[in-house]
Amino acid sequence: MDKVAILTLNVVDGAASLCLLCLGLAIIFGMMRIINLAHGEFVMLGAYSTVVAVHHGVNIWIAMIVVAPLFVGLVGLLVERTLIRFLYGRLVDSMLATWGLSLFIVGLITTIFGNTIDGVPTPLGGFVIGDYRASWYTIFLAGMALLMLGLVYLLLSYTRFGLVARAVMQNPGMAATLGVDTSRIYMTTFALGAAVTGLAGGLLAPVSGITPVMGSAYVAKAFITVVGGGAAILAGTASASVLFGLVNQMAAYLTTPVYGEVILFVAAIVLIRLLPQGISGRFFKGTL
Amino acid sequence: MAGKLALGAQAVAVVAAGVAVAMAPNVLETFDLMQITLFAAMSVLSLSLAFIWGYGGILCFGQTAFFGLGGYAYAVAAIDYGDSTPAIGMAILVPALFALVLGYFIFYGRISDVYLGVITLTVTLILFNVVNSTSGEEYHIGQARLGGFNGMPSVPTFNMPFDPSNILSPEAAWQVTGFALLGVYLLLRILLVSPWGRVVVAVRENETRAALLGYDPRFVKLWTFVLGGAIAGLAGALYVNWGAFVGPTIFSLATASQIIIWITVGGLGTLLGPIVGCVLIQYLVTKIGSQQAFNSNLVLGAVLLGVVLLLPKGVVPSLSGLVQFGFNRLRGDGGVAAPTGQAAEAK
Amino acid sequence: MSALVPLLETKALTMRFGGVVANDCVDFKLGEMELRCLIGPNGAGKSTFFKMLTGQLTPTSGSIAFRGKPIAGAMSHEIARLGVGIKTQVPNVFNGLSVRENLWLSARRKGTGREGAKRVDEVLQRLRLTGIVGAIVGTLAHGQRQWVEIGTVLAGDPDLILLDEPAAGMTDEETVRTAEIIRDINQSRALVVVEHDMAFIRMIASRVTVFHQGRILMEDTFERVVADSRVRDIYLGKKVAA
Repeated sequence: MDKVAILTLNVVDGAASLCLLCLGLAIIFGMMRIINLAHGEFVMLGAYSTVVAVHHGVNIWIAMIVVAPLFVGLVGLLVERTLIRFLYGRLVDSMLATWGLSLFIVGLITTIFGNTIDGVPTPLGGFVIGDYRASWYTIFLAGMALLMLGLVYLLLSYTRFGLVARAVMQNPGMAATLGVDTSRIYMTTFALGAAVTGLAGGLLAPVSGITPVMGSAYVAKAFITVVGGGAAILAGTASASVLFGLVNQMAAYLTTPVYGEVILFVAAIVLIRLLPQGISGRFFKGTL
Repeated sequence: MAGKLALGAQAVAVVAAGVAVAMAPNVLETFDLMQITLFAAMSVLSLSLAFIWGYGGILCFGQTAFFGLGGYAYAVAAIDYGDSTPAIGMAILVPALFALVLGYFIFYGRISDVYLGVITLTVTLILFNVVNSTSGEEYHIGQARLGGFNGMPSVPTFNMPFDPSNILSPEAAWQVTGFALLGVYLLLRILLVSPWGRVVVAVRENETRAALLGYDPRFVKLWTFVLGGAIAGLAGALYVNWGAFVGPTIFSLATASQIIIWITVGGLGTLLGPIVGCVLIQYLVTKIGSQQAFNSNLVLGAVLLGVVLLLPKGVVPSLSGLVQFGFNRLRGDGGVAAPTGQAAEAK
Repeated sequence: MSALVPLLETKALTMRFGGVVANDCVDFKLGEMELRCLIGPNGAGKSTFFKMLTGQLTPTSGSIAFRGKPIAGAMSHEIARLGVGIKTQVPNVFNGLSVRENLWLSARRKGTGREGAKRVDEVLQRLRLTGIVGAIVGTLAHGQRQWVEIGTVLAGDPDLILLDEPAAGMTDEETVRTAEIIRDINQSRALVVVEHDMAFIRMIASRVTVFHQGRILMEDTFERVVADSRVRDIYLGKKVAA
């Protein structure tokens, strides 16, 4: 019984982490069809900004929830204006350029901070279930994942910006003829996606090893989850995160954590084969 | 007339290259010879992706999967057979079979081109994770222990065909590698002017029209993919022979990104460009590695960014365009625009 | 060749895209070596019809038979191998390759080596493309590209050729030439031609099928179709019951 509880918490942890990791990517890929291969580095920058802020005395909650998204959001803004902006419609070039960007960012951080950096302790402490220990932080992550899903939903559905952004996503030419500055929408959307990703990096900082190359562990997982989720930014990300989180943690429990990763990847590939449009291509059609 | 001249010039170039490969040991120090042996092995890898991407239109981000499988297959087979000759065969066969299965899954599964890159990247990461975790005595194939994150040290290097007692010297190893590169280059060149090669290019040019003419694009892409995998596998064997070592980093993201950079810098859509790009970047990385001022990721990232933004066609096509432009001016054609290299026919 | 089995026959052919019915229960028959024109305003479903015939779309329901063989939902290359060729509405040529290469790729399917090369030369001559054999198709003028595409289709020696707006964007001279080419082609194989230019259709006059809102409005000789008030009305956008 305790084992089930612990396993459930692990699944929740896996799904919540995935969800947070992918939401920003889903926004960018889903809204703008840009494959940002520097996504992992945005996560890494979120983690680094949190850690650096904490080391300079900033409260950890502020560092995670304010500093990280703000910093990475600004980075995203800069990247969009200086790079992405020239690559809309050039799919392969945007992949190559963002790959170059990812190498560049890794190199930059390594140059500034070296190969390792001290982390931050996991806040909130733990509790006991039977013979096992669990972490309150898992519950916190789950809560944050749900909160972010909710906030993005509210933003896209109930604000003017959200409406305009969705219009631009569906038909940029038409939106432009209605007087929308599509260029600014793209810029804002990319910055938003980056900020959300930065937040994920910040939230995951206490539970990850923080190195300049930590991003590479996330980029494939994030993409495969977004692709598996399909076109619906929220429904797709949420459903794919839950499904893959479940598969990952179950497999890790039954075998080893490494094989857990492998089985997640294999499961994702099989899913894409069966549902080429992703989960939300078949279910949750037409939702956000 | 111009065609015949070009053909003649190319034949001369090939013969000259062959002579250069054979004579290099007489001219170069062993250290430099070893260096160009590595460059040549990696150039074969570069050609494999150059072919499937530049001519076949298949953007595979995980060509290292086949490279690594070839390397490991060679290592395991060399240890278990005690002879490098069948091991090289395995290095080609195993990745080719893997490409067949994966390719079937991708091309016959109507997975879009966009996702192909993500999926192949994921595959190479899967292999990295799997092989990385094979430390321990229980992970072995025959007598060959996979070694996990430490890799497999002391892999037997090439010997004379079917004569395990006769190990190749570094000079001979260079010649094998150099001629392998030349051979693969010629093979691809010939393939691309053959009917099959022309169909491969047509499918890339306009898949719909190719299908409407009766060609099955899935079949064409599958076999292009398999050939690319086989060549990458051969490169794997050549690479492992060079270092007498293979480890999980052969599957890593870092290696995978290198190949993409070589081709982007050298010029997509040509065979020579990716070779030039490979040698240039490899040389650059070696030089950076030996100094402390700049991080190699930083430089490589900046190079890739620069090429994509400023020289999107790559160094070789841009240079050759410039050279042609220069020739035209000299001949007095008076400011004819440089050819944009749109012709997909083999250069 | 049985007179009983039509070259092409569709029964209740329907194509739905979500809520939109692009083709609604279309019954269509074409005989060997017949030349048929398809007319109808934009959005009437003609191109969708062609796409289903060539495997680019899978029909929602209904059947298509080519010489009795069911082909609804088959893949494009399978249908092409049966002997169906199409010049699409949006040009589908190999832009980066030469004219000769485009034709060769098509001719090669029916005969390799010498045969194929012969066929390519025949088609080049017939369509008077010999002057531009080496030109890269992407650099050609629009009218020439249309002929290259027609030539590409012809080089594959199909028994049925579908032409979707072959005269679009052509000058008057080019249009006349295209009509000549079509009449010439019709000597040895069947054609279905979609066009808007009535003068052009008059030049290749034969039976005409009128599409309207996904259904066939009428099918008759050119003279009777042109005289029918309903046909005029649908082109003027008036409501007409099919």
